[in-house]
Amino acid sequence: MEQKALYDYLLLLGDNPTILGQRLGELCGHGPELETDIALTNISLDLFGQVRNYFQYAAEVIGNGATEDSVAMLRHEHEYKNALLVEQPNRDFAYVICRQFLFDIFHQLLLNELMSSKNERISAIAHKSVKEVDYHVDFSSTWMKRLGDGTEESNQRLTEAMGFLWRYSMELFKPTETETLMAEMGVGPDLSELKPIYMERVNTTLQASKLVMPEKTTYQYGGKTGRHTEYMGYILAEFQYMQRAYPNMKW
Amino acid sequence: MRVADPEIEDILRSVSDPEIPVLSIMDIGIVRKVDKQGDIFIVSITPTYSGCPAMDTIGDDIKAAFKAAGMTAEIKLILSPAWSTDWITSRGRTALEKYGIAAPLEATADKDALIGKPNMIKCTNCGSMNTKMVSRFGSTACKALFQCEDCHEPFDYFKCLK
Repeated sequence: MEQKALYDYLLLLGDNPTILGQRLGELCGHGPELETDIALTNISLDLFGQVRNYFQYAAEVIGNGATEDSVAMLRHEHEYKNALLVEQPNRDFAYVICRQFLFDIFHQLLLNELMSSKNERISAIAHKSVKEVDYHVDFSSTWMKRLGDGTEESNQRLTEAMGFLWRYSMELFKPTETETLMAEMGVGPDLSELKPIYMERVNTTLQASKLVMPEKTTYQYGGKTGRHTEYMGYILAEFQYMQRAYPNMKW
Repeated sequence: MRVADPEIEDILRSVSDPEIPVLSIMDIGIVRKVDKQGDIFIVSITPTYSGCPAMDTIGDDIKAAFKAAGMTAEIKLILSPAWSTDWITSRGRTALEKYGIAAPLEATADKDALIGKPNMIKCTNCGSMNTKMVSRFGSTACKALFQCEDCHEPFDYFKCLK
């Protein structure tokens, strides 16, 4: 039972960077300028590196011949536990940056807490990952300011992106049963305690970006319990294609 | 890190980072420990960045180097303590510079350079300090891209990671 909970928790930790990494990977060769293209795919690579650490561990926990590849790529849609935020599409560059920013701030807070996890392996992964995520936060925050405090057009587009994506932000802080259990066991943080710090950090950057905090909205939940938006199936169709077409293939 | 047995150290020293062939894995600081279990050497290595695609190749190269010397090695990947650019040896820093990659600065100076403060990094081509950052993210996860304003050559800078 405990092993199952730990496995589920590793999926909760690993699925966000997996799906966001895949979304960023879609931009390879399509970034608005060469340097930004490289930056977004570098971030994707960091995220997938972190995912490998979680899923290698998850495969050991669940046993039964599971591998990091089978954990990552051979689950069905409802078995993925990523938040709805990270599966939102790359509508335009403002959406890409805004989604990244909303996730990065959360990701950094989460990893900072996981560094003191009672689970040594999770703690080691967090120590490694947080150094990379500090760079991501810097990248997305800088672009928030540049777009928000840029032209009328860039400000308007970022405002629109924020207005749309904000409804998915609070799911990150709504604990599932697994997360509550892990918090009790000292493996993971109490997510609700991270929320006020998150709100403050987001607000600070929004002010510097000449944006306002979005009005109260109807927050959307579901991804973490396997109820995804319609986008998820399309992401997985591409993500899983090679493993489904050529089972057990390796690079 | 030093390896007690000079023969083993030589074998490990002969393996280089596939992305930076002039740099031995000993000088980049990713070999953390060598243990011996029976006849098998257990070499513990740690990645520079989580997503470093060179790790698998490096592991295979280490095994091949041991095999060529008539010995057997197994690779253990460790994450903690996390790798830091402080572990690059002075020999490693010299090799990087010679290869055209500027070696990492200290953390504070590094942060200034990466937020775009000019004239922080010395051009590896002509030695001028008249340089600027082109992109914080470069050809690999561990590097940023700079350009010299005097000789106009682009060059990589190895980012500080602590």
